[in-house]
Amino acid sequence: MKRSKKIEESFFKVLMVIATYSILAVLALIMYSIFAKGIKAMSWEVLTTVPSGGYYYGKGGGILNAILGSLSLAFGATLLAFLIGLPVALYINVFLVRYKNAVRMIRFILDLVWGIPSIVYGAFGFSMMILLGIQTSLLAGTITVTLFILPIMIRSMDEILRTVPIGLSEAAYSLGSNKSELAFKIFTRQTISGIITAILLSFGRGIGDAASVLFTAGYTDNLPNSLMEPVATLPLSIFFQLSSPVPAVQDRAYASALVLTLIILLVSLFSRGLGKRYHKTKINF
Amino acid sequence: MYLLNRIQRHRVNYTWMIVSLVLVASLPFLLFLGLYLKSFLLIHDYHLGDLLFSKEWKPGSGKFGFYPFIVGSIWVTLIAMLISGPICILTAIYVTQYTKKRFLRIMHPAIDILAGIPSVVYGLWGILVIVPFISDFVGPLFGVKTLGYSILAAGLVLSIMIIPFILNILIEIFRTIPIELKEASLSLGATQWETIKHVLFKKALPGIIAAFGFGLARAFGETMAVLMVVGNVVNLPKSVFDPGYTLPALIANNYGEMLSIPKYDSALMFAALILLAVSLFFNLVMHFFIDRYNKLAA
Repeated sequence: MKRSKKIEESFFKVLMVIATYSILAVLALIMYSIFAKGIKAMSWEVLTTVPSGGYYYGKGGGILNAILGSLSLAFGATLLAFLIGLPVALYINVFLVRYKNAVRMIRFILDLVWGIPSIVYGAFGFSMMILLGIQTSLLAGTITVTLFILPIMIRSMDEILRTVPIGLSEAAYSLGSNKSELAFKIFTRQTISGIITAILLSFGRGIGDAASVLFTAGYTDNLPNSLMEPVATLPLSIFFQLSSPVPAVQDRAYASALVLTLIILLVSLFSRGLGKRYHKTKINF
Repeated sequence: MYLLNRIQRHRVNYTWMIVSLVLVASLPFLLFLGLYLKSFLLIHDYHLGDLLFSKEWKPGSGKFGFYPFIVGSIWVTLIAMLISGPICILTAIYVTQYTKKRFLRIMHPAIDILAGIPSVVYGLWGILVIVPFISDFVGPLFGVKTLGYSILAAGLVLSIMIIPFILNILIEIFRTIPIELKEASLSLGATQWETIKHVLFKKALPGIIAAFGFGLARAFGETMAVLMVVGNVVNLPKSVFDPGYTLPALIANNYGEMLSIPKYDSALMFAALILLAVSLFFNLVMHFFIDRYNKLAA
């Protein structure tokens, strides 16, 4: 009896170790293959030029259109989502803090929206575009991605704003501040590191998503120069170039994947670093 | 210093908040309504049962049977869950019960990076690694000839993609179980593993179900990575080595031609509506389980 117990425990312990390290190993394998393939295909030309004639048959050019397109789309979407998301997160935590049921309901809706797959946002964005008569464009893509990252932005800000101690609100009220001053001047300053993390997290989500921009942002070989024109994005440039039969074009898909992965790694590194920095204005209770 | 006085600024801020809140809170209803109106043409002309369970997909001649896509999506999702489920539970128990806190500090960034990798990159990795692995190694092992682009490839890639989601929730759940429960069980003479099996596991069960449900919903709607490795052939897969087609892949692959064939756009919007409904349903049910877990834990 005693022996079998021991055997069972060590058996499962071995399984656990295998499971844990296999996750780390898979991550290492993914990183290795992206970097190994990507670095081989990387060059200045790929990074700094737009596709030239015959690009899709393996001739010269690069993915600058996709890099700039993705960055401008993700910046725009993050900014819009921030402008809509911050007041909502503040409203929940300052104005509605007494109405527990209302808050629970709003958080519940946000969680539901968070779970909706991005392709559904893409399809919805597309149907709205037909309805309003808008072509595939930077604007349409930006709005779709905004909707997609909005719940992520709000919920991550909300998680931080929740941690603000009630004493801080009481102190502010007692000094005569009103609710919106409490929200915008005190809550935001107390949680600035968390807010930055939320912004970076949403930015990373927005720049990496392909399904929502597939119908809405379109694709072009030119640099983005107007809100109403189609724009290239990195995820789609990976997707399209990978389906080409020409090896030189496929190589540039690997380079694009490396660029995208690096951007996302940088963003997540930044959010870790910044999160620890901005504690100057924070009041500890 | 300011253009407006304090009261006016308060009013502006308040309006800004309310407008944003209404916009956000109406989002799921707007999505549902928009997609429903667009797919109304199709739902109106066909039987819902026919649409969901007919096997014929010939948009050119007006035949819209979503059955192959639904079956494909279910296959892929189930394979992904079967692989990632046990791995996530084992890992979550290991990192919360058997290792030092320091180990979590390595594990958390790793999970974050896995969660952050975009799905096209997973798809690319799937084409580079998983597809050849299946066509050259797993297929011959079972004596099956396969190109590699298959239900199994999609399931494998997907299982890796949902591991961070499930694992994050599970680690959180195992961490919040009160230490007293564990201490009580250990003090009665149970071994560590018995405590985990009989006490922690039972306590965490609603949470585990919820975590799996969230992962399942996520996997069901995943588009690009699946699209790139699943093979995109409209048929009812007979084995996991057959190529298949999923609902999200159907939408993503055909948006270019959807306006040229009558009712085609309605059909694709209907597919999006199914995805939306499945996602909302699963998230709703799982929230119920999470709430129950929270109440039990409190």
